[in-house]
Amino acid sequence: MSTALAQPGDTSSLEARAARLKEIAADIRVSIVNTIAGPRMGHIGGDFSVTDILVTLFFDIMRTRPADPEWAERDRFILSKGHCSAALYSVLATAGYFSPDLLSTFMAPLSVLNGHPNRRKVKGVEANTGPLGHGLPIGVGAAIAATISKSDYRTFVVLGDGELQEGSNWEAAMFAGHRKLSNLTAIVDRNRLQQGARTEDTNSLEPLGDKWRAFGWEVHEVDGHDHAALLAAFEAPRIDKPRFLIANTRKGKGVSFIEDRVEWHHKVPSPEQVLQAIEELRAQ
Amino acid sequence: MNDMSAPVTSGIETFDCRVAFAETLAELARVDPRIVVVCNDSVGSSNMNAFQKEFPERLINVGIAEQNMVGVSAGLANGGFVPFVCCAGPFLTGRALEQIKADIAYNHYHVVLCGQSPGMSYGELGPTHHSIEDFAWMRALTDITILNPADPKQTRDAARWAAQANRPIYMRVGRFKVPAVTPEDTVFEPGRALTLREGNDVTVIATGVLVSCALEAADILASRGISARVLNMMTIAPLDEAAVLAAARETRGIVTAEEAIITGGLGSAVAETVVRHHPVRMRILGVPHFAPTGSASFLLDHFGLNADGIVTAATELMA
Repeated sequence: MSTALAQPGDTSSLEARAARLKEIAADIRVSIVNTIAGPRMGHIGGDFSVTDILVTLFFDIMRTRPADPEWAERDRFILSKGHCSAALYSVLATAGYFSPDLLSTFMAPLSVLNGHPNRRKVKGVEANTGPLGHGLPIGVGAAIAATISKSDYRTFVVLGDGELQEGSNWEAAMFAGHRKLSNLTAIVDRNRLQQGARTEDTNSLEPLGDKWRAFGWEVHEVDGHDHAALLAAFEAPRIDKPRFLIANTRKGKGVSFIEDRVEWHHKVPSPEQVLQAIEELRAQ
Repeated sequence: MNDMSAPVTSGIETFDCRVAFAETLAELARVDPRIVVVCNDSVGSSNMNAFQKEFPERLINVGIAEQNMVGVSAGLANGGFVPFVCCAGPFLTGRALEQIKADIAYNHYHVVLCGQSPGMSYGELGPTHHSIEDFAWMRALTDITILNPADPKQTRDAARWAAQANRPIYMRVGRFKVPAVTPEDTVFEPGRALTLREGNDVTVIATGVLVSCALEAADILASRGISARVLNMMTIAPLDEAAVLAAARETRGIVTAEEAIITGGLGSAVAETVVRHHPVRMRILGVPHFAPTGSASFLLDHFGLNADGIVTAATELMA
C-alpha cells in the first residue's frame, strides 16, 4: 500500500489531505486492534492516542523511501514512547516498509516484532526505544548530524507526556534550544494519562508549553486528532528554534469503552470487545 | 593527582596515552569527515582543545549531561557520523549505562565510547571518581568491543581501528604515564592477545597499566628460575579464548592483573573461559572493593597491583 504515501508536489487542499489521512488512520486503528489481539499483549490506549500523529507524519509530512529505508536524506522519525510499537509497526507496514502479513507475528516467539521498536530487524525503525527518556537525545544527535553535514532532512521525535518525567528529556531539551535546532520537531502525545494514573495527579507537567518556551523552543498546541491542525503545525514556517508540538489527545481515541480510561494502558480487549472496537472504528 | 607515574617505571621513559589519542583523533579527522567528538564539558580534560580549534563544528560539547551525551552520539551515528565520546570513565559507563545499552549497543551504532582517566587515575578524589567497574558493566553488554590499550602505540592503533570498525566500542584512554611495551613493528589485531614474553611455567595475563608490571615481574621470576609467559590482553571483549586456553594447557597456572574491580573484569573473563574448557589454577589481581583515598600509584601498591604482587601470586601458583 505504498501508494498511500503522499506524492511529491501534491497540491491537494489541506482539507483533502486531512480527509485522506483520516481514512488511513481508521484503517491503522483496526490494524492495531488485530495486531495486539493475537498475542493478547500491547498498549492499545497509547497506540490509539498517537495514531493520528504517526499517520500525519508518515503519510504526508515526512520525506521517506520505504523501499530504501536507509536513504541518507530521509527524514528521521523516533518513537520515544516505544511501548506503542503496535501503532508504529502498523503504520510502517501500511506505508510499505514490510509486508502487513508480518503484523500477525507481533510478540510471537522469535518474531522480529518484539514489544518495542526493533531497529536491528525491522525496516523503518530508526532507534530501539522503550525505556523512557531515550528518544529526544537521539533525535537531537540526528538533527545535529544534519546540520554539520549540511543535509536538509528533518527529525521528528514523538514523546509520551508521562515520559517527560524522565530527566534525560530536559537535558536534551536544554541542548536543542541552545543549538537552535530548527530541523528538530518534538511532539508530545498529551493524553494526560500515564500507566498508573493521570499525569497531573502523579508529577504534574503544567504549564508544559511555558517550560519548553523557557528552554528556547517554539511551541504549538493542537488537537492531536485533527489532521488538518497537525499538518498546519508541521508545515508552519520555520524559525531559528526547535519546534515543540503539544498534541492534545485522548488515550484510547476512537473506541468508546477504551477512551480516556487509565486501566487501558496495556489492557487487551476480549474477543467480543475486539469485534465491538472494529465495528466502532469502521463506523467512523 | 600529583603522581601520575607508575611506581614500577622509575628510571624508564614514560608516555601519556591521552596525548597519543588526541593526536591520532585529529589525524583521523583530517582524512575522515565522519569523525566527530562528543564530550561533557570535558574539552580540556580530554585533551581536545586542539581538535576543537581545528574542527570547531565537529566537537559537540553537550555540557554536564551524560545521558544526553550518549543519546546525541547515537543520533549522530544514525546521521552517518562516527562519534568518539570523550568523558571521564566513571561518568560515561556508570551514569549513562542504560543509554549505552539501549542507544548504542542494542541499536548497534558505530560509536566509540572513550573512558578517559580510567581505573584509579582520580585516586585522591575517592571511589565516586574511580572507574573500576567499567569492564564489568561493558562486558555485560554483549555487542560492545572493549579495548584497554597498554601504551601509546596501542592507543593510536586502537583509535585507528575503532574509527572504521562499524560497531559499538568502549576503550580506555589512560591517564597514567606508561612505558612503551609494544614493539613498533607489531601489527594491531583487535581480539588477539599479544605475547610479549614466552614462558612455560606460569602465564601472566595483564591489561593496561599492569602490562609493564607483568614484564618486570617476569624478569624477577626468571631470576628465581621461573619461566613466565606474559600476555598483553588489550581486548577484554571479545576475549582471545585461544590464547587463554593455550596458556591453560601449556603452563601450570594463570595470574591475571588489571586496574579494575575483580568482579566481572578481565580475571573473571579468563576464569569463565578456563573453567569451561580447561580448569587451571588462577590468581585474579585487581581491586577487591571500594578503594580508599590516595594517589593512583599509592592505590595500585596498596592492592598489590605491581610487579611484586604479580611475583607473589605467580610463586604461589608454582607451589
